[in-house]
Amino acid sequence: MTVSTMFLRGLTFGVAAAGLIAVAPAQAKVEGNTIVLGSAISFTGKYSTNGIHAKNGYNLGVKRINEMGGVKVGGKAYKLKIIYYDDESTPLRTAQLAERLIKQDGVKYFLGPYSSATTKALAPITEKYKIPMVEAEGASRSLFNKGYKYIFAVLSTSEQYLASSIALAAEIAKKNGKDPSSVKVAMAFENDPFSLDVRAGVLDDMKKFGMKAVIDDKLPRDLSDMAATLTKVKALRPDLLVISGHSKGAATAARQIAEMKIKVPMIAMTHCEAAKIVQKFGASTNDYLCPTQWAETLSYKGAAFGTAGEYDKLFKKTFKGYKNVPYQSAQATAAVLVWKDAFERANSFDTEKVRVALTKTNMKTFYGNIKFSKGGNNIAKPMVLRQIQNGEFNVVAPSEWASHKVNWPRK
Amino acid sequence: MLDNIYLLIQAPLLNVQILLDGLFVGSIFALAAYGLALVWGVMNVKNLAQGDFVIMGGYTAWLLSTWGIHPIFGLPIAMVLMFGFGWVVYVVIIRRVIDKDMFTSLLATFGLALVIQQLLNLAFGPEVQVAESHFAINSFFDGLVTVANIKFISLLLAAGLAAMVVGFMKFSRMGQAIRATAQDARAAKVMGIDTDRIYAFTFSLNAAICGAAGALISMIWVIQPFFGIGHSIRSFVVVTAAGLGNLPGVIIAGLSLGGAELYSGFVFGAELQQFSVVALLVIVLAVRQVQQRRHRQAVK
Repeated sequence: MTVSTMFLRGLTFGVAAAGLIAVAPAQAKVEGNTIVLGSAISFTGKYSTNGIHAKNGYNLGVKRINEMGGVKVGGKAYKLKIIYYDDESTPLRTAQLAERLIKQDGVKYFLGPYSSATTKALAPITEKYKIPMVEAEGASRSLFNKGYKYIFAVLSTSEQYLASSIALAAEIAKKNGKDPSSVKVAMAFENDPFSLDVRAGVLDDMKKFGMKAVIDDKLPRDLSDMAATLTKVKALRPDLLVISGHSKGAATAARQIAEMKIKVPMIAMTHCEAAKIVQKFGASTNDYLCPTQWAETLSYKGAAFGTAGEYDKLFKKTFKGYKNVPYQSAQATAAVLVWKDAFERANSFDTEKVRVALTKTNMKTFYGNIKFSKGGNNIAKPMVLRQIQNGEFNVVAPSEWASHKVNWPRK
Repeated sequence: MLDNIYLLIQAPLLNVQILLDGLFVGSIFALAAYGLALVWGVMNVKNLAQGDFVIMGGYTAWLLSTWGIHPIFGLPIAMVLMFGFGWVVYVVIIRRVIDKDMFTSLLATFGLALVIQQLLNLAFGPEVQVAESHFAINSFFDGLVTVANIKFISLLLAAGLAAMVVGFMKFSRMGQAIRATAQDARAAKVMGIDTDRIYAFTFSLNAAICGAAGALISMIWVIQPFFGIGHSIRSFVVVTAAGLGNLPGVIIAGLSLGGAELYSGFVFGAELQQFSVVALLVIVLAVRQVQQRRHRQAVK
């Protein structure tokens, strides 16, 4: 027998053995006194930064709940644990890993991945296996109008992201004695599911006020130049410029708005913080409006973490290197809190009972109120709009949560 | 679309802005494309990692700028580092595929492009980065036309670098040897030229040129680990349009590509801005095909 055939035989045997181990009886969803949650989330690839923010959020939620005595089901306290896999930021991989979590690891309770795209790939699988998933990072509204029964999202859906800026523009127009329908809007949205959702929300609200879009550009996926769009902005002088294109869109826009000295009374864009535009472009970003799911200055309060501000402090203490706590982390933590609440109310580990409990969720947390619609999205928490004022992010809308007055027009 | 054309007629100054922006960025496209033409012409290697070399240069300048070195001074450092990187890549990969068929070198450089993207992503994360020059921005015509000084400087730098490379190719011994190798590698070998070294140098020179282009891109545009492919495609378009060894052609094609991108972005909307690059490639290839057919018929 030659070395190579020996090697081949060894390899075949090894693969077969690995295969046997792989199909070995699945571990239980509750091991001893530990409830196992599973998540396929992005540690590498293009979503890695936010994927890791989300993981930190999940971990802090688990840590806090375990420290506070765990989850009480049937008079017994259980600890939480999460099994993670890296989906490499590719939806296909998320779907594969979800099957693996369900079939091999026997996980019965899911935490979501990062991004709408990966969540979209995962949802049909959790539906198929009837595995409830509480997700915190997929905001596309297409996730919630498919009739899925096992998906629950703690965050506001994406069409709400910039809609509030339209309402604010209308409010300001009225205050200045103008008809809201006279407001001219310039739109630049990336051509991807999330940004197009944001655009749909903006369009809905514009229709409500009878506003006109003077520019409606769709930005390409690997966008590195917006000069052409901004030249149009310069010529048409809109009253409001709305931009959504993830971090790269925000960074490109902020750079070129400064460079081309674009003067628009109101500029609203998503992902200001993720793109670190204040650190990168300084004072030129003053008076930008940026929507956020959550801010540490909001007066939300809940049992596990206290106020939003207290969560902020604890997070920064637990994870070094954070100057600001990203909302991606906060909502991830909130998802873990939802699981604890649902287990305790269901008082059972039966997935169906837990799912029913999830549909009846109605809780107050540091992240805001959480209550799910029939489609599974959170309808109890608004999106808030913050304005960059001298480098600080201050909440300016909706007025119920506003801590500062909006600066208008921007200089 | 018609509104946008109407807008250009109504406010002709907008054309100035678009043309200037096209010129600034087109000069950098031309620079990167010249590097590609060099490697293609001398070694017959079609470097699909060209754009990723550009992005690597950009990250070098950006990284240095976070350490307090101004990106303009980061540019020569990026060139030197990329030169070294190019040499290593040549020795490790390119030398082994250079005399294989075209697909081997395409696959090898494509693989290299993927590896570079993922390594950059692992090292720096997927965020968009910019190297800030903190230079002033000038407005003309009541703010309708703005020119950032850094864009103007980058144009001068790109032109200066191109001139240096051309001078080097024309007058230095190494440049002569490169040209000799490009004309006939076997004859050059017979004349005592170490063609392997020439290839290594050419490939590294291309990497250095890309490093410079990338540093400029990081100063006037934005960089991200996965943006390389766009620059690769642009380089290919420019080289295919201009033809190998046609330096004035590369410059004209690069500048026109910059202008075409911005005009199509303005008229058709940003979503078709990069589409125009690919559309141009198709048109150029079709035109070339027709030209060559005519040529062949004439030979018959």
